[in-house]
Amino acid sequence: MATVITTDTSPQNPETDRRNRRRNLRGRLDVKLSPYLYISPFYILFAVVGLFPLVYTAYVSLHQWHLIGGQGAFVGFQNYVDVLNQPRFFTALRNTFSIFLLSSVPQVIVAIIVAAVLDANLRARTFWRMGVLIPYVVAPVAVSLIFSRAFADQAGMINSLLGDLGISRIRWHADPFSSHVAIASMVNFRWTGYNALIFLAAMQAVPRDLYEAAVLDGANRVRQFFSVTVPVLRPTIIFVVITSTIGGLQIFDEPRMFDQLGQGGADRQWMTVTMYLYELGWGAQKSFGRAAAVAWILFLIILVVGLINFTITRRIASEGMAVTKKRGGTR
Amino acid sequence: MSVSVPMIRQTAGAGAARAAARSRGQSSGINRRPGWITYTILAAIILASAYPIYYAFLLASSDTITIAQNPVPSLIPGPNLFSNISRVVNSDIKFWPAVLNSLIVAVVTSISVVFFATLAGFAFAKLRFRARRPLLVFIIATMAVPTQLGVVPLFIIMSKLEWTGKLIAVIVPAMVTAFGVFWMTQYLEAALPYELIEAARVDGCSMLRTFYHVAMPAARPAAAILALFTFVGSWTSFFWPFIVLGGRNPTLPVALQLLQASYFKDYSLIMAGVVAATVPLILVFIFLGRQLVSGIMQGAVKG
Repeated sequence: MATVITTDTSPQNPETDRRNRRRNLRGRLDVKLSPYLYISPFYILFAVVGLFPLVYTAYVSLHQWHLIGGQGAFVGFQNYVDVLNQPRFFTALRNTFSIFLLSSVPQVIVAIIVAAVLDANLRARTFWRMGVLIPYVVAPVAVSLIFSRAFADQAGMINSLLGDLGISRIRWHADPFSSHVAIASMVNFRWTGYNALIFLAAMQAVPRDLYEAAVLDGANRVRQFFSVTVPVLRPTIIFVVITSTIGGLQIFDEPRMFDQLGQGGADRQWMTVTMYLYELGWGAQKSFGRAAAVAWILFLIILVVGLINFTITRRIASEGMAVTKKRGGTR
Repeated sequence: MSVSVPMIRQTAGAGAARAAARSRGQSSGINRRPGWITYTILAAIILASAYPIYYAFLLASSDTITIAQNPVPSLIPGPNLFSNISRVVNSDIKFWPAVLNSLIVAVVTSISVVFFATLAGFAFAKLRFRARRPLLVFIIATMAVPTQLGVVPLFIIMSKLEWTGKLIAVIVPAMVTAFGVFWMTQYLEAALPYELIEAARVDGCSMLRTFYHVAMPAARPAAAILALFTFVGSWTSFFWPFIVLGGRNPTLPVALQLLQASYFKDYSLIMAGVVAATVPLILVFIFLGRQLVSGIMQGAVKG
């Protein structure tokens, strides 16, 4: 700053004056343009590999388009009609939602409980927190290989243990619902601890005087949990539910690896929408047009489900919030 | 820990953040030591977290006949771990090339994400420019976009560039992430004082030199955590590498899929592959798990 002032007040030497002015201009450009330059890599990359492909998917979905042959004739909404006439598409949709519900609902509940346990004033805190995070470093593909063996229909560990308890063998691969349970358990295994840590972080931000007030009002531990902890966790619950919706409805790795053929079972009993997308585009049909149509349908579904989730979670959590507000009023 | 207060503001609202700032580290009557029941529950949770990995290790050290006869494996490992792993290495799934590929992709994307995210985070946190706020909100909003659904056109682009089957097709789309930018912005807002930037500017540093000499050193702790998450994410990712690389030039998860497809009856072999692919990350976890935990608790998200 100081140098700017001196150059402006010493116009005696025109040569240095001009040089200084140029340097000054460069400095101003540096200040003005640098921020945009620094943030531009993200926008450029997102435009090229994120936004453009998503929009272009709509264009591809309106054409005949072969994996190798490339773009064909414009066919309007024919690809959508074709896909929606396939019973397989609806099987995939059913499977995806079934796996999604079986993984997200118990996962959020268990994660909150685990977080509540971790929120106690533990000895060796870091050890326990690290412990619940172990599954996160195992690749979904590896998790699926491990679990598909443990859930084997014949001579699998789970069935053998169930047999010891007197429960008859479950056809984990043959029966649709059972296969969804097995696949959901893989997702839950990998993400519950991770989400528990997110909830734990939010819980530690709960003002301790809220608990003290609840104790004074005679609330027991369970009541404290539902009337104080859960309402404060609201934004975090919404966040976790939204991210698990976006991820969960696109699930591919775990069901793809549930058996060695990767088609989602003989009757496609555990084939998900993303697996169906892959099968249309890179399987026997090699129809990018239909694969793109499936991608767009799934995109709309994720949008709708995300909004529904958002509304529901907000309502549930705000009912809890109303309880605490009333409590605050009587204090 | 002062860093996490802005994160709490992000995730739990301003009231919670104020309270966290006030009550951090204080213990009141409620904070008494928990009893043995709590520790028993925790031990059970950790057992459930660790056992599947140990189960893979047990099968990997066994052989096909023993596995077929004992659905529930004995808790003592068998003698065949190294012979099974060497069978994986010598099978036709290109094990060592896959390890090298995974390593290259994970290292390059980690460095790239950290560099570009720190650069953008520096700009968002500390520089003044028009439309700063909306531009940042836009980046955060993109985290909710299911970009995986753009695979078809992305594959078409990669074919046009003749990048299919090449690592660059996996690296380029992952070179900078919305989460990374958000994360570094959050951190630098709290960790980098304006005085330092002004001092560098007065000394005649250009913006780029200011970034290099002032912002980069200040960003180091958060950059390490971001690198760690990017590395784990890259090492475990399957969908896109599976589509664009295929079996000719696989990363490790793609190689595991090939292993399963070709030797699906040989469970000790497949589990040896699982163990070989997982051990590097287990090592990372043992040494840096603490950083992963604090990263998630400071507001890391999936991805």
